[in-house]
Amino acid sequence: MNSLARFFRPLSPAGLWLGAAFLAVLLLLPLWAGSYVMTVATTVFYLALIGQSWNLMLGFAGLLSIGHALFVGIGAYTAAYLFAAVGLPPVVGVLPAIALAVLMGVLIGYLGFRFAIGGGYFALLTIAFAEFVRIVIDHVSWLGATEGFFLKVSSADRHGIDLVNLRGAPEMYYYLIMALALGALVLCRFLLRSRLGYYWQAIRDDAEAAEALGVNVLRYKMYAVIFSSGMAGVAGVFYAFYQNSLFPEIVFNIERSIEATLGSIVGGVGTLFGPIFGTFILTPLGEIVTEAIDLLKHWGVIDPQIKLDGLKLLIWSFIVVLIVLFKPKGLWPWVCSRLRLTRPEAEG
Amino acid sequence: MILSVSGLNLFYGDAQALDEVSLEVDAGDIVAVVGSNGAGKSSLIRTIAGIEKPRSGRIVYKDTDITGWPSHRVCNLGIGQVAEGRQIFAGLTVRENLEVGAYLERGRGKSAETMERVFAMFPILQERAEQQAGTLSGGEQQMLAIGRCLLGQPELIMFDEPSLGLAPTIVQEVFGIVERLNADGTPIVLVEQNVAVSLKMANRAYVLENGRIVLSGKGEELLEDDRVREAYLGL
Repeated sequence: MNSLARFFRPLSPAGLWLGAAFLAVLLLLPLWAGSYVMTVATTVFYLALIGQSWNLMLGFAGLLSIGHALFVGIGAYTAAYLFAAVGLPPVVGVLPAIALAVLMGVLIGYLGFRFAIGGGYFALLTIAFAEFVRIVIDHVSWLGATEGFFLKVSSADRHGIDLVNLRGAPEMYYYLIMALALGALVLCRFLLRSRLGYYWQAIRDDAEAAEALGVNVLRYKMYAVIFSSGMAGVAGVFYAFYQNSLFPEIVFNIERSIEATLGSIVGGVGTLFGPIFGTFILTPLGEIVTEAIDLLKHWGVIDPQIKLDGLKLLIWSFIVVLIVLFKPKGLWPWVCSRLRLTRPEAEG
Repeated sequence: MILSVSGLNLFYGDAQALDEVSLEVDAGDIVAVVGSNGAGKSSLIRTIAGIEKPRSGRIVYKDTDITGWPSHRVCNLGIGQVAEGRQIFAGLTVRENLEVGAYLERGRGKSAETMERVFAMFPILQERAEQQAGTLSGGEQQMLAIGRCLLGQPELIMFDEPSLGLAPTIVQEVFGIVERLNADGTPIVLVEQNVAVSLKMANRAYVLENGRIVLSGKGEELLEDDRVREAYLGL
């Protein structure tokens, strides 16, 4: 109980109440929400989980990844393949999925840190690997190549709860991804206040000073990549069994990697709740834009022949520009101080 | 002898930063390394600390050959370093900065006691313990950097330009702290551009020029040396 109290200590009473209300609404969401809202809400938590994983690397340890789709995709393909080929249920398959995602992270991290490839060049390395793996899978026939890899679903699978095989009603997926995203939040909160987290922040603030102080910089950067890629791998397993179809050009698309960054940038890089807060703003906003366009086309305001697929990304980009210009630390720290959600001495 | 450096050669690519540098530190010493900008002073400290890898030469600390060791192992052996330019972790609080110093293997378990000592030495750090370190003044940041180093329980401390960019009164205070740490039994290696003060403090001193030791001797003797007076003191 003591540790629980400590866990919530940074929150002010107002923050606690608002957090509890927020959680209650989300827990009760399936009671009143239709399937569309449920899909959006599931996507929000899915992106929040990936955002949390990405934020761990950049926000905590100062390592920029623009290839996070790689870890998600590897997790997805691993668990899906093992399920389809040898019937390994995803509840077990998640372990090799994490292992392979982490292995990939360690490989990139080793190449990057061992040879002291800094900042932007490290980010390029992550993009390169994501592209490399996409092209490889494009040519691997037993993973479906460009045709895609599919998991069998029957209509009977759409009901009930089978957490072992990740088959069930939309509500099951929603509660599962919610639990995973909140679990990631708790894990990050714990890590950030551990020796590991302080070392990460020290490396982020001044890697040279950390080294001079006797911090094994290479090793602790590696730990950041390991935790981050493992979390992204878990998200990938969820994606595979939620979508039931995997296409290399969708899964490993750089757009996925950029999506992973946006929520955290809008919410606040380096904060704990920022990635969740950011995706809660961006994803519904993107949906509203898409809906509004459809509606305008329906009413004949916009010519239905015009393709406006990229508009959502354009608007997201515009928001990111605004955030970077006016609230570079993200919206969450600002909301926190305006609504006094946290105690003055604590942040995020 | 506590620390013995012999025949150290360091290269950055093709450029030679250290050329056959040898240096000795005895128990209780303050050893000053002086020289102009780019003479190789920081390179020498960084090589001893394990951050730069020398091409040749030997670094021996208390009968242990530490040449080529990674910096975290050198720190754990007891060689602390206060790096140039007050490198504090701006996003962490003052207390968290100190705790990061105490997380080092050899610092664990003794942190509470040492934290008391650091706070007694720098009362301003205790006052600002919960403040973000980035909000401290230059002098306070230097004190934090020194305090953080102490939490790693060093047996020997290397200071790299501790007076750089500080107001004259703060400079005096920092040098006073260096002398106090030495009086408490910690050997010190002091790299400084402030030649007059550091030579006065040092019982052994080396003058570094273009990566070479060109003069060495007792600090007071070097202060009287015509070449030093002309080149560094402008007398």
